[in-house]
Amino acid sequence: MYFCVQIFHTKMLDITKIRADFPILSQKVNGKPLVYFDNGATSQKPQIVIDAISKYYQEINANIHRGVHTLSQLATDAYEASRKKIQNHINAEFSHEVLFTSGTTHGINLVASGFASILKPGDEVVVSALEHHSNIVPWQMLCEKTGAILKVIPMNEKGELIMDAYDKLLSDQTKIVTVNHISNALGTINPIKYMIEKAHAVGAAILIDGAQAVPHLKPDVQDLDCDFYVFSGHKICGPTGTGILYGKESWLNKLPPYQGGGEMIKEVTFEKTTYADLPHKFEAGTPNIAGGIVLGTAIDYLNSIGFDNIQQQEKELLQYATEKLLEIEGLKIFGTSEQKTSVISFNIEGIHPYDIGMIVDKMGIAVRTGHHCAQPIMAHFCIPGTVRASFAFYNTKEEIDLMVEAVKKAKTMLS
Amino acid sequence: MKIQEIQAEIVDEFSMFDDWDERFQYVIDLGKSLPLIDEKYKTEENTIKGCQSKVWLHAEENGDKIVFTADSDAIITKGIIAILIRAFSNQKASDILEAEMQFIDEIGLKEHLSPTRANGLVSMIKQIKMYAFAFNSKHN
Repeated sequence: MYFCVQIFHTKMLDITKIRADFPILSQKVNGKPLVYFDNGATSQKPQIVIDAISKYYQEINANIHRGVHTLSQLATDAYEASRKKIQNHINAEFSHEVLFTSGTTHGINLVASGFASILKPGDEVVVSALEHHSNIVPWQMLCEKTGAILKVIPMNEKGELIMDAYDKLLSDQTKIVTVNHISNALGTINPIKYMIEKAHAVGAAILIDGAQAVPHLKPDVQDLDCDFYVFSGHKICGPTGTGILYGKESWLNKLPPYQGGGEMIKEVTFEKTTYADLPHKFEAGTPNIAGGIVLGTAIDYLNSIGFDNIQQQEKELLQYATEKLLEIEGLKIFGTSEQKTSVISFNIEGIHPYDIGMIVDKMGIAVRTGHHCAQPIMAHFCIPGTVRASFAFYNTKEEIDLMVEAVKKAKTMLS
Repeated sequence: MKIQEIQAEIVDEFSMFDDWDERFQYVIDLGKSLPLIDEKYKTEENTIKGCQSKVWLHAEENGDKIVFTADSDAIITKGIIAILIRAFSNQKASDILEAEMQFIDEIGLKEHLSPTRANGLVSMIKQIKMYAFAFNSKHN
């Protein structure tokens, strides 16, 4: 659905020009030109983002929200302008619903930890079989702490969540549902709009892990009507250690603070502390100021390319790579939903994914191998892991040809 | 043969190869060539879980020496295990404890023993040294 690109509104991307924005892409690795297909793990950074980090430290570095001096004002303004930019990008109703975090994991832990004061023994938390460990473990910890019960939405052989089973799992006991927008291991796009409606119908809150979605699409949190939406900055050309937790105002007011410290208080006495208003209530301590500001730069960069164009390019890469890889005998792709992003998880019969990864690395190809922090998915398919190639808009068909050749060579060496 | 002599022999064998792919092919062939462990020893207790590949390591005493058998589910890892077993198995505990790992560097396979590779090999070497340490403590 997200790849239903309106052809008339897209232009052909000048990939050569775009690649020139990313200095790392012209590197050689093991003497071979780098082919970077590990975008699902982290994206590369354009020069404009790298420069913005230096510029911040060279020109306006100061602590924010508390100094009266000019630099502090400039830094605060830039930080808050970035928050507004992100608010617009995800179409949040208020900028104070946009919290800066250190990444997706931080955002999920913040919400899970807040629900400890809401859940009672016997309440239910619904996760899915497609989740990254970071959207499983915080909820397991929450259940251990509160006596709540963890329920899991199963998936089918294509790597799609089974909606009938989801409907049956929901009940008055369900207090929160937490599911990824797009699976990191398989690339499946989940029907989150439907899932959000269903969760709300039983009075449950719902958190969407958007870490793998935001590189490919612009989420509209008001249209989705989700209660929480979390993502990382480093997967969308931004700096590491940055992220966003969107939460509906009503929910953020209901949840207790996650960490105590400076910045998140209104008044402190030894008898009682009152907390600051949103968003500061959840932003204790000096944040990653440079990171927060530059995340805005990264989002500007992506919007200047345009998500329609990004999707068009990635769709072509996905189709091309799928066709080429399937020509290799014994190669099997895991995650075959019609609704998927530019991620291909695969194995070759009788060969361990680690061995393939080691050999293609020698040929300059960066892919991810292993369980992708999603061991339950690997257990479902009875495999130790997969080789995962994940493409970004700056990748090319020529790079896919190089990867396919490298995989063929690995197969010959290992068979 | 002493550990050092075996290591020198391995370094010598690898010196024939000019390219990475020849070195890899040799390691892969070593991995394929022999069953390294009796199936009954592939127990949970003997498993060293790397993030990426699994390693099984079993130790037995043979007089004043320790015999190691091992295996992995990944063939390159298994090939390197074959090299390690050749160097360290059927050796005295005190010799194993003193042995250096420099030869792995010399045969161009150092990257496989980096902790970030998460293939279980670093833990396997630690475990081999632990067995040797335990053996030494028991008999001294």
